[in-house]
Amino acid sequence: MAGAATSNRQRSKFAPYLMILPALAYLGIFFVVPFFSLARTSLSSSGGSVFLPTLTFSWEFGNYFDAFSHFRDQIIRSFSYALVATLVCLLLAFPLAYVIAFKAGRYKNLILGLVILPFFVTFLIRTIAWKTILADDGWVVSALNAIGLLPSEGRLLSTSWAVIGGLIYNWIIFMILPLYVSLEKIDPRLLEASKDLYSTAPRSFRKVILPLAMPGVLAGSMLVFIPASGDFINADYLGSTQTTMIGNVIQKQFLVVKDYPAAAALSLVLMSIILVGVLLYTRALGTEDLV
Amino acid sequence: MTSQGLPAVIEAVEAPRTPKTVKGGRKWGDLLLRIAAGLVLLYLFVPIFVIILFSFNHPAGKFNYSWQGFTLDNWAHPFKYPALTEALKLSLNVAAVSTAIALVLGTLVAIALVRQRFRGSTAVDTFLVLPLTAPEVVMGAALLTLFLDFNWAAGYTTIVVAHIAFEISFIAMTVRARMRGFDWTLEDASMDLGASPTRTFFKVTLPLIVPGIVAAAMLSFALSLDDFIITYFVSGSTVTYPLYVNAAVKAAVPPQINVLATAILVISLILLAAGTLYRRKRIDV
Repeated sequence: MAGAATSNRQRSKFAPYLMILPALAYLGIFFVVPFFSLARTSLSSSGGSVFLPTLTFSWEFGNYFDAFSHFRDQIIRSFSYALVATLVCLLLAFPLAYVIAFKAGRYKNLILGLVILPFFVTFLIRTIAWKTILADDGWVVSALNAIGLLPSEGRLLSTSWAVIGGLIYNWIIFMILPLYVSLEKIDPRLLEASKDLYSTAPRSFRKVILPLAMPGVLAGSMLVFIPASGDFINADYLGSTQTTMIGNVIQKQFLVVKDYPAAAALSLVLMSIILVGVLLYTRALGTEDLV
Repeated sequence: MTSQGLPAVIEAVEAPRTPKTVKGGRKWGDLLLRIAAGLVLLYLFVPIFVIILFSFNHPAGKFNYSWQGFTLDNWAHPFKYPALTEALKLSLNVAAVSTAIALVLGTLVAIALVRQRFRGSTAVDTFLVLPLTAPEVVMGAALLTLFLDFNWAAGYTTIVVAHIAFEISFIAMTVRARMRGFDWTLEDASMDLGASPTRTFFKVTLPLIVPGIVAAAMLSFALSLDDFIITYFVSGSTVTYPLYVNAAVKAAVPPQINVLATAILVISLILLAAGTLYRRKRIDV
């Protein structure tokens, strides 16, 4: 932005601040303040009934202890499901992103359009479709059972794998696109050069493509991992009581049980784990690569 | 689509594309790579095929989960369930209102960030990313506690307020991404030629950034229409389109859900194609 300094004349020094003020004020009230409310709730003790819960602020740090001890399984499950989903997304997305970036030629736009298209159908309806596909009387289960690939109970629905599969499907686009963007930026002459210098294909991949694709890998991983670790729809639609995640607990405690302090503490635990990761990441790479 | 990743979508769509093809690699490796990519692409479409197919299903019970037989009835009566139609209308309303407000707020920030260096612009940048990195369930929970603290009754207003909150960052990022690399000396030229700053803004700056604003508006609209998690926390007893779908999963899934989803898909496809053709035409001229 070399021209910025010279074109600034005639412009008030305060103009940019006036321009950012409305949005920052809005986000201050409806993004920052809510976190104070959340923190306050997480340190309150609850009383009253389910129909009319009352909150008293009392520095109840025990809520955090309770959140960890009562919902340890869900916390571990959320992050391990999200981790597996992120890794599988990376494995599936890489060949597709690579082919779009280097091999698609004039079909590049078409394939990119096709990649985005399924996401014009509501997230919930796509997940319902997976419920249909993985159903006990569906042909996928019958086929897998016929060749004996399914374990004992012979089901796909209500298993961890169904939930992880749902997470993978719903967020894979956020792996494909950042990967594509960083692969697209690679100069193909670098690959030719490495070949001219007698590098083997796997070695070129490791020494040239992978390092240059790293920003995409990291951005994609975060964009998949964050929403996947907080999700509760896939566990709700495709899983069972044995596959609940943090999101399910937060949702249930807030909207059904109405134990606000426990739910608030759990939300903040989830948020802080993720925030630490994001800050480390933006520090390392700058925000421009993230978006 | 969930809110976090959309800027990645924009960048992928907006990134400059060179029709390069890298030759080489062993032939078999190359073929294997293409097959893998093709299978992944096919995988993305499997549920979509199922959704379209099941819009023609004649379900036996309340749930449209297993194939019973072909019928055109559902397509003949897409608005058979008034509650579904009302929910869709409400979602369109929320999307339009929240996008209009967020567009003003987000675009102003984007212009300030791209056009001017000012003290604290990096901090603003980082701050804008934060709402995109907060898991939706946490953002919904935080807003719910705010509304509880202030005794705001959950309903239409709280839904719109929440939607604006997650749309602002996303719009600011999108418009900013589109505005990078413009030739801003055009503004200087306009003022050198005697135009007032106001006139310069309307005649030079605005036409330059309109495509970015339109793209941001369209995606913000789609984002709002599709939002379930945050809305679920702040909606009270108000039912938007995704909330109707969620309730249906627990009670009864009519095939009309598939009909409307397919219709929305087709309409988006037409809009997308029209947009692409329009842009191509303008570039040709």
